[in-house]
Amino acid sequence: MDVLFRNVRELVERAEQEGKLISEIMIEQEILITDRSREDIMQQMDRNLTVMEEAVEKGLKGVHSVSGLTGGDAVLLQKYMEQGNSLSGDLLLDAVSKAVATNEVNAAMGTICATPTAGSAGVVPGTLFAVQNKLNPTREQMIRYLFTSGAFGFVVANNASISGAAGGCQAEVGSAAAMASAAIIEMAGGTPQQSSEAFAITMKNMLGLVCDPVAGLVEVPCVKRNAMGAANAVVAADMALAGVTSRIPCDEVISAMFEIGQAMPSAFRETAKGGLAATPTGKWLEAKIFGGSVVGSGQ
Amino acid sequence: MKFKSVFDIIGPVMIGPSSSHTAGAARIGRVARDLFGSQPSWAKIHLYGSFAETYKGHSTDVAIVGGLLDYDTFDERIKTSFDEAEKLGMKFEFIPETGNVDHPNTARVVIGDDESEMSMVGISIGGGKIEITELNGFPLRLSGNHPAILVVHDDRSGCIANVANCLYKYDINIGHMEVSRKERGDMALMVIEVDQNVGKPVMDELRELPNITQVTRIAD
Repeated sequence: MDVLFRNVRELVERAEQEGKLISEIMIEQEILITDRSREDIMQQMDRNLTVMEEAVEKGLKGVHSVSGLTGGDAVLLQKYMEQGNSLSGDLLLDAVSKAVATNEVNAAMGTICATPTAGSAGVVPGTLFAVQNKLNPTREQMIRYLFTSGAFGFVVANNASISGAAGGCQAEVGSAAAMASAAIIEMAGGTPQQSSEAFAITMKNMLGLVCDPVAGLVEVPCVKRNAMGAANAVVAADMALAGVTSRIPCDEVISAMFEIGQAMPSAFRETAKGGLAATPTGKWLEAKIFGGSVVGSGQ
Repeated sequence: MKFKSVFDIIGPVMIGPSSSHTAGAARIGRVARDLFGSQPSWAKIHLYGSFAETYKGHSTDVAIVGGLLDYDTFDERIKTSFDEAEKLGMKFEFIPETGNVDHPNTARVVIGDDESEMSMVGISIGGGKIEITELNGFPLRLSGNHPAILVVHDDRSGCIANVANCLYKYDINIGHMEVSRKERGDMALMVIEVDQNVGKPVMDELRELPNITQVTRIAD
């Protein structure tokens, strides 16, 4: 199959040589591979953006999951921000609260757009809608944010993994955060190379993160990991825009993530058998939710 | 490359909570139903690996049943699929397995009605994307990215050429094709991924070809 890029190096080189945005390279590749029209592709992404907006809106009104483990934190964060005393700053907390809002909706079996997965669906929209208030992008630029995220996610999915069951949380929230970071750069007017630096810096700080969901639910610690993934993405974007670079090239960071995922014991890959899921409180919550039975023991 | 489209990464739009364990599971159920060709009256679903360990928490069971009822990943009815199945009289059973499998998210879906039954193995590889790895004992690779035709036939010379000729006649281009058989002269299977959607006239003509037992289409 002919593709315009197979790794981040090729993606950045092509964008810089042709004087194009990374989002544009992604759109061109989508046209090439699927044989669909540009208009059709842009419209589909526009619809996905609308789903993300609706999910955040719903989450900010307050939702609760069936298990009762998650919900309501996005509302708490917004109220706290309104008091004007936040230490980490409004943009950062806005990103965090909107990431939380999306994942709370997801945990409550609401409708979301997977980016790149459902468990990590909060980071990309959370950062987008927070940065939106600062940068005032057009609707097209917001759609392009998703294509830039998608371009980096495409490389990770094909060269490593975006599955928690295969590579741990680093493959899900780690990928999502790094994708968001790269997209923030493009929206803020940074270069394709800076997108790559931001991606690498974010991913490096998510390496090794295990997938250890309590009771096997996409709730604890998933919602808060999305929160911190969003924070990571915004801070790393600022670092890259300031001129900070990653000593380890982006593609090598992605390879390292894959290798770490391969070496991860299955207890830490979405089996709910290790880490936080296996703590006394984790086990107690599991028994409480499933009426004393252990998840996976059958009906 | 396993992930071909940007919408494999930014998407699918889906009912939570898990792209691999909910959306992917729904897609596995739906492909099984497509392959079976009609609403099954019973289903036995064997779950392996992470699917077996966490299926209740991720609503994997609810999603697979939703898929068997032909619901897409974003269909709100997924949430109440057990009730819907009961209304339609579809019986189902989930069996968590402890055996080792190649992929952590694997489901074997055995479905049927009074007349026939079918067994299919699907894996959920992340972000809602799935692959079908086995059908009625035949190992196969079906990306789900293109329309595909599955042809069950007797292992006789000329079968493959006849099918290819028929597709050529309707100007349908073959993108990927795999052939396999149980034993020489026994039951065989063609898996053909094509670039264009395959209409009813083509399907009817394929069914009329000699030594063809069953033809199933999976739309894009």
